[in-house]
Amino acid sequence: MTVTMGLIVPGLPHPVLCPDANPGYRRLADAYGRARELIAAQQPDLLLVYSTMWPSILGHQIQTLPHPEWVHVDELFHALGSIPYRFRIDAEFGQRWKDAAIVRGLDARTVAHHGFPIDTGTVVALKLLNPDNAIPATIVSSNIYADRAETIVLAKAAKDALAAQGKRAVVVVVSTLSNRLHTDWIDPAADAIHSAKDEEWNQKLLEFLGQGRLEDVAQLSRVVQKQIRVKKVVSFKPMWFLSALMGANNRYVGEVLAYEPVHGTGSAVVALTPTVASLGDKEFDEEDVERWIGNREVLDAPPRAGLADAADDDDTDEVPELPTAAPVTVAPGVHVAASRAPKPVGAYPHARRVGDLLYLSGVGPRQPVTNAIPGGPIRYDDGSPRDYDIAAQTRATIENVKAILEESGSSLDKVVDVTAFLVNMDRDFAGYNAVYAEYFTDVGATRTTLAVSALPTPIAVELKVIARA
Amino acid sequence: MPKGRIVAGLLAPHPPHLIYAENPPQNEPRSEGGWEGLRWGYERLRADLAKIDHDAIVVLSPHWQTYVGWHFLGVPRFDGLSVDPIFPHLFRYRYGLDVDVALAEAIEAEARSAGLVTAMMRNPDFRVDYGTIVSCHLTNPAWDKPIVSISSCRSAAFYNIDVMQAQAVALADATVRAIEKSGKRVVLLASNSLSHRHFTSEGDVPEDMSREHVTSHAQHLWDMKIVNMLKSGRTREVVDILPEFSSQAIAETDAGSFTWMLAALGFPTYPAELYAYGTVIGTGNAVMGWFPKEAP
Repeated sequence: MTVTMGLIVPGLPHPVLCPDANPGYRRLADAYGRARELIAAQQPDLLLVYSTMWPSILGHQIQTLPHPEWVHVDELFHALGSIPYRFRIDAEFGQRWKDAAIVRGLDARTVAHHGFPIDTGTVVALKLLNPDNAIPATIVSSNIYADRAETIVLAKAAKDALAAQGKRAVVVVVSTLSNRLHTDWIDPAADAIHSAKDEEWNQKLLEFLGQGRLEDVAQLSRVVQKQIRVKKVVSFKPMWFLSALMGANNRYVGEVLAYEPVHGTGSAVVALTPTVASLGDKEFDEEDVERWIGNREVLDAPPRAGLADAADDDDTDEVPELPTAAPVTVAPGVHVAASRAPKPVGAYPHARRVGDLLYLSGVGPRQPVTNAIPGGPIRYDDGSPRDYDIAAQTRATIENVKAILEESGSSLDKVVDVTAFLVNMDRDFAGYNAVYAEYFTDVGATRTTLAVSALPTPIAVELKVIARA
Repeated sequence: MPKGRIVAGLLAPHPPHLIYAENPPQNEPRSEGGWEGLRWGYERLRADLAKIDHDAIVVLSPHWQTYVGWHFLGVPRFDGLSVDPIFPHLFRYRYGLDVDVALAEAIEAEARSAGLVTAMMRNPDFRVDYGTIVSCHLTNPAWDKPIVSISSCRSAAFYNIDVMQAQAVALADATVRAIEKSGKRVVLLASNSLSHRHFTSEGDVPEDMSREHVTSHAQHLWDMKIVNMLKSGRTREVVDILPEFSSQAIAETDAGSFTWMLAALGFPTYPAELYAYGTVIGTGNAVMGWFPKEAP
């Protein structure tokens, strides 16, 4: 598992600069301390920080200066004092994340300049969560124009980079719940949430988060933005980012470590740890996205090298190369969502380990990220049949099986049983059989081949596999 | 002591690209030029300003964003490094500037007594925002005049642009009162572009002018409408339509700077001097000046 815990923390400087001005500020500072203990217990390789207080407009920016150092002053609460800092940044990871983001179609760049203004939220989070720089951090901006698709693709690019480097991360999103400040100066001792409406929404969000219902909160992001957020940036993005990084589900142990007003904002410290149990999913209306294909090329810049626009051409197999995932060992009972396999078309994992066996869900030839079908789909958009290459489809299917097995710590040579589904046995068996033989002749797996009337996507072949873990 | 007065009001946009293109010694990145139309316009503005005796420059920048009130720099001297958070590859500028703290305090006091929420910024570690630095550099690269820097209270985000404009007009009145009492001759800078829809990608050579154009025809039409109204002295009408302009052209005028300056000038009915119009990474930028006649 590449992300072992998620944290939601507020970014205003009061818990750092004036924790004793209000008992609530002190409780927030203490909650940061508790979060620090939780992080230490995870022994992560990396703290991955996404702050809504670092806006960008040219794609996303990732900090790669190894030791940024400055004396920070908040542009609003400057009277509270200065925050000197020196952070430890995982520049190698930042570079890898940037590359993975570009592979997934995003605009991204690294920044490594002395004096680059790190935002208050990031400074506060790292000062309180990682005061001795024991854990290297990576910091990413929040693009002001980015909506849901772009944000979750950014998160998936981070997963790519984590998998490629074999690193385990704790993800920290810096954001208040309601962000409406009092618009006048207040006595800190009398701080209160901006309005009853904000309080009601905050309590609902905390109830969900306390139940581990992260994706449910993420699905509500647009509504939350409209109801309790001043539009400093477009959309309430951090839950999209966090949920996408942690698997886009509701299977977490949620712990609200503190919830307090800070100059009227709803400031909460929440920890989310993955688990297998869940209260279940609400209906998710929002679609999952693997690759950003929005129009950002206003300048008509030439396409980046290696970025074939495969999503628009079902015939092509020129798909972006994803980072190679490091092998892992999957514990019994754990579901596998492989990063190098096509997204499932339903509520199921790519694989599940039971005892010493891995059970794979049905796997077809669709390509990860683009969903392109090598060899072409079996029908046109209007439903009329079209020619396709069964050999190419079969090869791509087996490669997807191979990727899932390898991300699960297994391999093709450990396959013990295969069930194959073909939509046209007469036409396709020979071609399918020849490619199958290239991969499985020496494996000795048992096999059953069935003809079916249809598969859920316009593909001709699907494999159901059981393998030794 | 003679009554102080505003000797000029300038629309002085702050794209850091213009400093990058100029290659001044304070800025670390080097360029091959670019955006010459706007830079030549700033040259002509500076030549005109050199003919006008003035004691201080008061600037309101959209990039010092405060969500609680209007803030004023209140430390006499700042030396530091400004790195643009969006374009750090273009702007890493060593600045040194003097603040007219007495004038800042006077404006703040007048604004506070008028009911506005205000604050003096007294923290010496504070980093001056890049909008203030760019507009001041382009207007006065010698940095030989003290400045007053005012933040942008984000009332438009919290409430709506009408509230922001009402506050900006009240701030303008306070500014005028303070300047008159000070006996100083003051230049006002509204540090904002017009249409402000950025490109969201950048060419390999940022100063490649073959790629520079306004982001959309609609933004161009809006910019020309505003510029032509200003050229014909219709400033009050411009302020009246700023809510629509700000919304439809994603304009930086929602920061309050432009309304503040025009109100402080008394909503001039004489033509503005247009020094330049040009685009920077798709945004529309006009360099314009108003020079009130001295009372006989």
